[in-house]
Amino acid sequence: MEAFKTLISRAFPLPIEHIDTDQIIPARFLKATDKKGFGDNLFRDWRYDNNDQPNPDFVLNKTEYSGQILVAGTNFGCGSSREHAAWALTGFGFKVIVSSFFADIFKGNALNNGLLPVQVSESFLQALLQQIQKDPTTLVRVDVETQRLEVIGTDLSTGFDIDPYKKTCLINGYDDIDYLVSKHAAITAFEAKKEQTLTA
Amino acid sequence: MAKTLFDKVWDAHLVEEMDNGPSVLYIDKHLIHEVTSPQAFQELEDRGISLFRPDQVVATADHNTPTLDQDKPVKDPLSRKQLQQLTDNCQKHGITLYGLGHQYNGIVHVMAPELGITQPGMTMVCGDSHTSTHGAFGSIAFGIGTSQVAQVFASQSLLLTKPKTMRVTVNGTLAKGVLPKDVILFIIAQIGTNAGTGYFCEYAGEVFEQMSMEGRMTVCNMSIEMGARGGMIAPDHTTFDYVQGKPYAPKGKEWEQKLAYWKTLPTDSEAVFDKEYFFDAKDIAPMVTYGTNPGMGIKIGAQIPQSDDASFAKSLKYMGLSAGQSLLDHPIDYVFIGSCTNSRIEDFRVAAQAVKGKQKAPHVVAWLVPGSKQVEVQIEQEGLKTIFEQAGFKLRQPGCSACLAMNDDKVPEGAYCVSTSNRNFEGRQGQGARTLLASPLVAAISAIEGKITAVDSYLN
Repeated sequence: MEAFKTLISRAFPLPIEHIDTDQIIPARFLKATDKKGFGDNLFRDWRYDNNDQPNPDFVLNKTEYSGQILVAGTNFGCGSSREHAAWALTGFGFKVIVSSFFADIFKGNALNNGLLPVQVSESFLQALLQQIQKDPTTLVRVDVETQRLEVIGTDLSTGFDIDPYKKTCLINGYDDIDYLVSKHAAITAFEAKKEQTLTA
Repeated sequence: MAKTLFDKVWDAHLVEEMDNGPSVLYIDKHLIHEVTSPQAFQELEDRGISLFRPDQVVATADHNTPTLDQDKPVKDPLSRKQLQQLTDNCQKHGITLYGLGHQYNGIVHVMAPELGITQPGMTMVCGDSHTSTHGAFGSIAFGIGTSQVAQVFASQSLLLTKPKTMRVTVNGTLAKGVLPKDVILFIIAQIGTNAGTGYFCEYAGEVFEQMSMEGRMTVCNMSIEMGARGGMIAPDHTTFDYVQGKPYAPKGKEWEQKLAYWKTLPTDSEAVFDKEYFFDAKDIAPMVTYGTNPGMGIKIGAQIPQSDDASFAKSLKYMGLSAGQSLLDHPIDYVFIGSCTNSRIEDFRVAAQAVKGKQKAPHVVAWLVPGSKQVEVQIEQEGLKTIFEQAGFKLRQPGCSACLAMNDDKVPEGAYCVSTSNRNFEGRQGQGARTLLASPLVAAISAIEGKITAVDSYLN
């Protein structure tokens, strides 16, 4: 995984609540057997019409917006466990998603792909959305080490939580899989003990 | 210290706890399917890691499979390739695969319980959010992403932060015609689609104690629709009777030992949950959803609520419905009885009883998709197939089908589909499709009437 410490970027506002993973990447695009190309179909049915023409009203198609940060309504990433949703977001170029609430599985999937979910208060989210909509050139700075998000040139800033272990992984680009493989001896010992005690 | 069912199973699987970090949790059973596994196998390959415990992995093909002509080659080249890759990966790594056409093939959350792979007190994972289904047996079962699929391949373990616990208690007796699906749709409508995020949810009380295993699976299946990673129900005689004698179930002395252990699992009376909800069975009635998340549900006949919220308005616009409107008698175009929520034999018994001697409305397209080969066989053996055919329904072959519309079973744009599945998200059943979630009883009678129908007239 690529290390991630800080980011300064413009942001896309997407003030829709309960954005589920079927919207992020519809099921019909899950037939691929690698992780490539999902970014092309990110938010496919909102982004394109039935004739595959870009929908000019959708934020990703508005030329005034750009950047690697997506700011979205509450309960982002609910629904299916498809990691393809995280691959679609990173494939498009996003590094950070800001919302007032994230679904569990999505949050884990995002972190396993170096995509940082930043959870902020509902009032901060609304203020941030307003600021970006008012001025699409607004720059947002996200710092993993200090766990702070600030809107450059404004008073808007907030801290955010991140699991200390996941923070270390993100800053150093470590994956869980490396850690778990290093635990093979402990896992094998656990299996032997479990066999004796007959739990499950 | 008094423990919850969740605590007991969690503690029995703790390999190691990290200071100020997640725990290493041991996973007993890992279920895989064709859609969320290929990139995980690739990751093992890229890193040169071998599969740690292939005997604890079971595979099925379900998400991307056709529900007609399963004996012929799969037409869609991408689907065919994905299925072939699953077969190749399973062969290469020594994993048992119940592929298309096998007598044990089926939707992962239907076939694993019916084979006895799912047992009380286990930890189980699958790259599918509806893995919560297996919690019906008193196991910790939850959906994982593909990176985690690779982690379990590599170590039979996962790094996890212990979730909080919640309990939903429903006491009393359900009225006739109120099914487990109505119970869970009611709970989600009451507490919301993110009330369970960060929690594991135990369902307790008379309603769940009296419920069959099939019903308990329907309830636990939809735990994720209120955000809970998993749902659980204490194992009892209903659970033990269901598991005993299944192909993967323990036998002889081992059965006795495990049974004694399973009986220790229910939540201690003094145990404390991080949050609790209480409902009364008499308040629950047949439900239907009107919006684009499973929390947007009402009793059939009730009015769609009012809200100023922009996302709510967007949802109703997509559905072509208005606040204040009732869905009773609303015309429908499609009916789907299937999915890991409601495709077990009990669901088809309910549907068959409702349609017996009647005729499907001519304009309604109805897809009846059994959850597994075993369910398909049982439908035929019990004579239900004949009942369905005489009523104008055609039975299809097992798979996830129109629940997520990865295969050809897609509902057209703008069409209304009464569906026994678990998600009514925009486009879930096809681009522009409008999903109305309901029980198999409501789905079956609505197919007959061609409109959303109250169950009362069908109960006698």
